[in-house]
Amino acid sequence: MPAVSKGDGMRGLAVFISDIRNCKSKEAEIKRINKELANIRSKFKGDKALDGYSKKKYVCKLLFIFLLGHDIDFGHMEAVNLLSSNKYTEKQIGYLFISVLVNSNSELIRLINNAIKNDLASRNPTFMCLALHCIANVGSREMGEAFAADIPRILVAGDSMDSVKQSAALCLLRLYKASPDLVPMGEWTARVVHLLNDQHMGVVTAAVSLITCLCKKNPDDFKTCISLAVSRLSRIVSSASTDLQDYTYYFVPAPWLSVKLLRLLQCYPPPEDAAVKGRLVECLETVLNKAQEPPKSKKVQHSNAKNAILFETISLIIHYDSEPNLLVRACNQLGQFLQHRETNLRYLALESMCTLASSEFSHEAVKTHIDTVINALKTERDVSVRQRAADLLYAMCDRSNAKQIVSEMLRYLETADYAIREEIVLKVAILAEKYAVDYSWYVDTILNLIRIAGDYVSEEVWYRVLQIVTNRDDVQGYAAKTVFEALQAPACHENMVKVGGYILGEFGNLIAGDPRSSPPVQFSLLHSKFHLCSVATRALLLSTYIKFINLFPETKATIQGVLRAGSQLRNADVELQQRAVEYLTLSSVASTDVLATVLEEMPPFPERESSILAKLKRKKGPGAGSALDDGRRDASSNDINGGVEPTPSTVSTPSPSADLLGLRAAPPPAAPPAPASAGNLLVDVFDGPAAQPSLGATPEEAFLSELEPPAPESPMALLADPAPAADPGPEDIGPPIPEADELLNKFVCKNNGVLFENQLLQIGVKSEFRQNLGRMYLFYGNKTSVQFQNFSPTVVHPGDLQTQLAVQTKRVAAQVDGGAQVQQVLNIECLRDFLTPPLLSVRFRYGGAPQSLTLKLPVTINKFFQPTEMAAQDFFQRWKQLSLPQQEAQKIFKANHPMDAEVTKAKLLGFGSALLDNVDPNPENFVGAGIIQTKALQVGCLLRLEPNAQAQMYRLTLRTSKEPVSRHLCELLAQQF
Amino acid sequence: KVQLFLIFKNSGFLWFRISEDTQQQIIRETFHLVSKRDENVCNFLEGGLLIGGSDNKLIYRHYATLYFVFCVDSSESELGILDLIQVFVETLDKCFENVCELDLIFHVDKVHNILAEMVMGGMVLETNMNEIVTQIDAQNKLEKSEAGLAGAPARAVSAVKNMNLPEIPRNINIGDISIKVPNLPSFK
Repeated sequence: MPAVSKGDGMRGLAVFISDIRNCKSKEAEIKRINKELANIRSKFKGDKALDGYSKKKYVCKLLFIFLLGHDIDFGHMEAVNLLSSNKYTEKQIGYLFISVLVNSNSELIRLINNAIKNDLASRNPTFMCLALHCIANVGSREMGEAFAADIPRILVAGDSMDSVKQSAALCLLRLYKASPDLVPMGEWTARVVHLLNDQHMGVVTAAVSLITCLCKKNPDDFKTCISLAVSRLSRIVSSASTDLQDYTYYFVPAPWLSVKLLRLLQCYPPPEDAAVKGRLVECLETVLNKAQEPPKSKKVQHSNAKNAILFETISLIIHYDSEPNLLVRACNQLGQFLQHRETNLRYLALESMCTLASSEFSHEAVKTHIDTVINALKTERDVSVRQRAADLLYAMCDRSNAKQIVSEMLRYLETADYAIREEIVLKVAILAEKYAVDYSWYVDTILNLIRIAGDYVSEEVWYRVLQIVTNRDDVQGYAAKTVFEALQAPACHENMVKVGGYILGEFGNLIAGDPRSSPPVQFSLLHSKFHLCSVATRALLLSTYIKFINLFPETKATIQGVLRAGSQLRNADVELQQRAVEYLTLSSVASTDVLATVLEEMPPFPERESSILAKLKRKKGPGAGSALDDGRRDASSNDINGGVEPTPSTVSTPSPSADLLGLRAAPPPAAPPAPASAGNLLVDVFDGPAAQPSLGATPEEAFLSELEPPAPESPMALLADPAPAADPGPEDIGPPIPEADELLNKFVCKNNGVLFENQLLQIGVKSEFRQNLGRMYLFYGNKTSVQFQNFSPTVVHPGDLQTQLAVQTKRVAAQVDGGAQVQQVLNIECLRDFLTPPLLSVRFRYGGAPQSLTLKLPVTINKFFQPTEMAAQDFFQRWKQLSLPQQEAQKIFKANHPMDAEVTKAKLLGFGSALLDNVDPNPENFVGAGIIQTKALQVGCLLRLEPNAQAQMYRLTLRTSKEPVSRHLCELLAQQF
Repeated sequence: KVQLFLIFKNSGFLWFRISEDTQQQIIRETFHLVSKRDENVCNFLEGGLLIGGSDNKLIYRHYATLYFVFCVDSSESELGILDLIQVFVETLDKCFENVCELDLIFHVDKVHNILAEMVMGGMVLETNMNEIVTQIDAQNKLEKSEAGLAGAPARAVSAVKNMNLPEIPRNINIGDISIKVPNLPSFK
């Protein structure tokens, strides 16, 4: 017999519905509805009081009309009247109407609340349930205020019927979700927990939902639920399929409740009580075991229910993340599902595995499924599933499989659904950066991204590749070559033109030697794309052109011609016009030097969190952030390319224009032409979120400092900056500060002292030299009370210096606290004679502003003097041997200091040579001798200084076996007196 | 939490119930998203912003021409919701005795009652079909005891049902297609 008595409905309603369904057109339907609305209105307004049945019928018609998609703006009062009817059917329709068409009219709300109050107090379970349903469905704050205090009482009252308890639990949950402050915790909470033991499974299910929500805010109040939940779960899991009768669903006992209990347990850490934990682990194992048993039914409902429990079990195992055995079993189980014929299971398995990949116990196990997942990405018909596969590949990626995963994702990108292309692009970009071992691979990957899915490559992505290329000089040449080749494609994406324009403008000189990519070829290649590009890109290209004028003077005439063309100078776009005018004038007015300064290569970008990662997080919403983060606890995958790069091996370049403009301490003024004025084009490059030291970088630094060897001979080469190898060319180095020479001179004859000082920073030096080796300690003192960030001092070898002098530096902490001092040790080896000192470049951020300065490191050739004592006869014999004109250097100069014989003596000793008495017939004169020790050769030096007190002049003569050394020493020493 | 429940068929909407202020557009978009999907793909769909962000999923089942769609947040088990839909349909089948599309239209209030026994304020209340049917039975008894008029409306409904339905063009919200009124598959 049918449960619903179809015949007992309302005749008028049935007729009306039939009428509607018989309407042949939309217009006819609307006409019929309007007719009915008019009829109902007149009935409601009529003088004759309507009986309950009519009211019910008309209210029901209104409801139906509303469900067809029409607005209903009357009838609320009649519905409220129905609430106070004693007839169930009338009351029920009234509540239904109120629940569906909530109205915030306060007068109505008061009446509704009154009706609800009566029903709650009626002790008629059916009426109570109707009232509770209404509260839950409306869930407004007003209702919360009116009933939040009553409902807990109903929930735990001993005489409440099961169905009422069930409804009360969910009603309370709904109110708590809407306005937590309205639901007071109290004595009833303990009794709610005990509902987990209730006989009635429906009550337990509702109670679990309620507790799962409440315990998130008050975990301690509900802690006792753990053991109750475990024992309930255990009883269900171990029960035979028939034990629970009605709650057995397709041979699975109480699947819904099991899932809810497992969810509840995920609100807490593993149970502390060993017995409880043991029982729970047993449950989890039982579920995993059952998954391997043959199904009790072929119906999909059976496997659904069973697997719902299984997936929730796996979630709990992942949540605990403490049982390696269970984790691996979970992973194997999911691995089976990856190849299941049910699409739903493949989808869910991919989803769960994604979280499993972040556990250190199972990360490796997840990785073994890489081929299956790649296959899913290629062959799944369903975009939802492919999306999950892409997520999982991203999650399982580490250094060992990055190349494979990135190349598969790139391949997938060619055919990927439009909806997920951008996300794939972001993921590829992040993985390529994070796991790049060699940066040429990174550059290739990003350029491929642009080639394959240029439209989906967002600004963040191509900004990032520019940042990295700018900051890593080892990849600049390669990048220039690769973009040049990429630009030769007949149709290349505008993003490629942007990247190409920027990179060639900065580093085009690195490939200009090849006639195939000579400056004019580079220019005409870029310019051939110009007219196809948007305004923003054209603006960028104009900046590239002016940079070309600086890099390649031979292109100047051509480019000026382009700038001068009417289409540029009178361009309708004000930005383009301004650039054309300014660049043209700049190129004609400024001298080569000024041009070189203004158009200096861009300085390295400050390191900070990848903007791409930030974007992906935004895209995925806060919930997914943790999965995307490097929240991986796996120590082995500790990535060295983390969000913030360690101090770049690149060398700082304080922008030369800074000095020029007297703004030394200001941030590099971003080579005025390019990005700064490009609207928002490159804004993000400069002012994104400030650098946050990532978790990835910190341990590495600690690692380095702990292992810092006591002696330079130990494995220092391993840990020290690979300075000589990664040394940039001199063109990367900003000129030293103007006082640098003066500061250097102070250290020609002494080894210790203060090298530099301003309001922010003091740099002290202590050094000692023996033979051709030296060790120098630099002390950086923060004179402010504010922490310096990204503090990075580096030593640079301009010109050929790196073949002449090896300087190994160790990294220092990237933060220098206010008032603190950090020390940096330099180990120096003189390989052969050299003339120019290395440069010391110090960069840091102070109060957010980047600071940089370049000094000359006080290492001069005379530091490697070994004094040599010899008799007068020997001296003169050697003096005569060094009689070639180029072996001698002589200087006559005015004394700058008082002519004190003792001071002079001290200076000469400090200079490094031995002082030989009784050699020169004139006792006023000084004679010295020494050998300069280098690894490759020794240079013998003889010197003679003749003061003339009357004239306040000196004459200095140097003779060495190497001509440039003579001159250099002579110059160095002459400045000391 | 169940944010949205709706039933629609290949050509348009049949029945829906939204727990919060939601626009028609959501329903329309959901319809487009779900109805375009092939068979043999999975029953979960991330609707993105449209359905309230990435925390929400559409979970649907397709029975003959009818789609039953739930939009739920991440606190619900996907497979659990599929079970719930199945329980709902089986319950409908039991209550209406071989339920068909027309029952859902002519008995909006009844369908609502059945759903209300299962889902309340967005939360799952009861999943045991027998329990639900018992509740509905009890309500029917009340209804019968209260009803004065009986019989005639029943004849009216059966007359409508026995009309030559396949020829009736129907226009519920979208489309204008003549539809067979199939019985839902039996669940034995």
